Amino acid sequence: MSTIVVFVEHANGSARRASLECLGAAKATGANVTAVLGGPGAGDVASGLGANGASKVVCLTGRDNYSPDATAKDVAKVVQDAGAQGFLAAASINGKDLAARVAAHLDSVLFSDCIGLEAAGDSFQVMRPWLAGKVLATLTSSGPVFCATTRPNVFPIVEDGGAAEVTEAAATADAKVEVTAVSAKEQGKLDVKEAPIVVSGGRGLKEPEGFKIVEDLAAAFGDAAVGASRAVVDAGWRPHGEQVGQTGKTVAPQLYIAVGISGAIQHLAGMKTSKVIVAINKDAEAPIFKIADYGIVGDAFEIVPALTEAIKGAKAGV
Amino acid sequence: MKIVACIKRVPDTETQPQITADKTGLDATGVQYMTSFYDEIALEEAVKTKEAHGGDLTVLTLGPADSTKEVRVGLAKGADTGMILVDDAWQGRDCRSTAKILAAKIQELGSEVAFLGRVATDRDNAAVGPMLATFLDWACVTEVTELELGEGGGTAKRETETGVETVTFTLPAVITCNKGLNEPRRPALKGIMAAKKKPVEEIAIEDVPNQASVAQVELPPARKEGRIVGEGADAVPALIEALQNEAKIL
Repeated sequence: MSTIVVFVEHANGSARRASLECLGAAKATGANVTAVLGGPGAGDVASGLGANGASKVVCLTGRDNYSPDATAKDVAKVVQDAGAQGFLAAASINGKDLAARVAAHLDSVLFSDCIGLEAAGDSFQVMRPWLAGKVLATLTSSGPVFCATTRPNVFPIVEDGGAAEVTEAAATADAKVEVTAVSAKEQGKLDVKEAPIVVSGGRGLKEPEGFKIVEDLAAAFGDAAVGASRAVVDAGWRPHGEQVGQTGKTVAPQLYIAVGISGAIQHLAGMKTSKVIVAINKDAEAPIFKIADYGIVGDAFEIVPALTEAIKGAKAGV
Repeated sequence: MKIVACIKRVPDTETQPQITADKTGLDATGVQYMTSFYDEIALEEAVKTKEAHGGDLTVLTLGPADSTKEVRVGLAKGADTGMILVDDAWQGRDCRSTAKILAAKIQELGSEVAFLGRVATDRDNAAVGPMLATFLDWACVTEVTELELGEGGGTAKRETETGVETVTFTLPAVITCNKGLNEPRRPALKGIMAAKKKPVEEIAIEDVPNQASVAQVELPPARKEGRIVGEGADAVPALIEALQNEAKIL
């Protein structure tokens, strides 16, 4: 049976959701799964990972500040010591960064942001988007270790309640890069790439202050992030971190609501694998309606506040 | 300071690619190309670094011999030398192989800092930068939105899903650049004229075989046809009804 090592990110005493999904993706191939994690608080998270598909957990101890290069060396050693056939991480900003370094240490190619993973003979194969999702490629590797990162919100989390054997390994590699400070986002603010619901706004909101209605709708859902089209990011209305599309982030939430976004091809590429798409636009001919499941034509400044109230009502069980 | 900016030719982001008949690649017929969006930001940061610290800037690309046009834009903005690592198989080159070929050339150049885009907008791996640094045994900071270079090292800021990280690093280093780091300039006419006199070297590469192979390329499944539930705020109850009872996601 093959073994996959999964790098797990964690914060505030719990594993990040995208990492749990990654454990699920590894487990679903039928492989034995070894989780590896480090940093302060890793020990508190480690034992719980058995419930999410890991049969072994390696805690890297002795490093307080995250270092991507040193951690990559330590993780690559865990992969080699485990004799693993596969290495996975979540396709988060730091997951992709670390996985590329680990893959290089293992002299293996990396497939980022995969939306499909399965066993194929002695190895694995993945499906991943090219050109931000305009096409999908199925890929195999002849490299020594199959290395990939998994897109958030795609793979189900395993909750089978198993137990994992936890061991410790000293984090010993020298660091050339070190994270010395992190200014956390506002409490509860979700990233557009990881949120289960995304409410995005475009030029149809007329001015930066127009985003108030989008923010209010996202707040009404509770677990939603605010996204933006390239046009409004380029205009300086919104930060680049919120941009959805080929020169921003590719997202696949359960629900994507596009407000005042006409649907340029590079925006559509970045969101059209969302499970359900709702479009609100005053132009009935806007391309966004061609890929939306549900559309409302009209003035966003009338429709969105009404939708916000309705969502609040639905949440309250009215 | 010896500086290198790595740029990649990619299909124009406004084009819809067509798949080849054997379903293992993309049809290059009629495709318009551009320098990858984030590589423009990398090039700008490289030019700014040369302006601030002095030194010598090389624009480096792995691609077809006719990448001269993209390389000359870099020269017009202030780079000293252009280099094309000529690769007839550039369209199918995987990230590890790309990073190894770039690493060999950058080692030879003796560069102290290499700038790349955070991701190329064709294969979307975001892997070549950190792989290149690992093969060179250099520091690497990815997704950089603020950068200060000093003697022997520097500090950078980068945004993750959970916040903004402040990072210190040693030189030599690979920096991958995100939007927000700078606003790429347009080349000035004087620069365009000067670029015509600057050298663009075409260099044969020693091949590093790919590990990745493409089993199949396909278009994403077409979305089921949707519907307009109505007009104006009056349509909101119909939308809620559809989300609850059809889509079952509320």
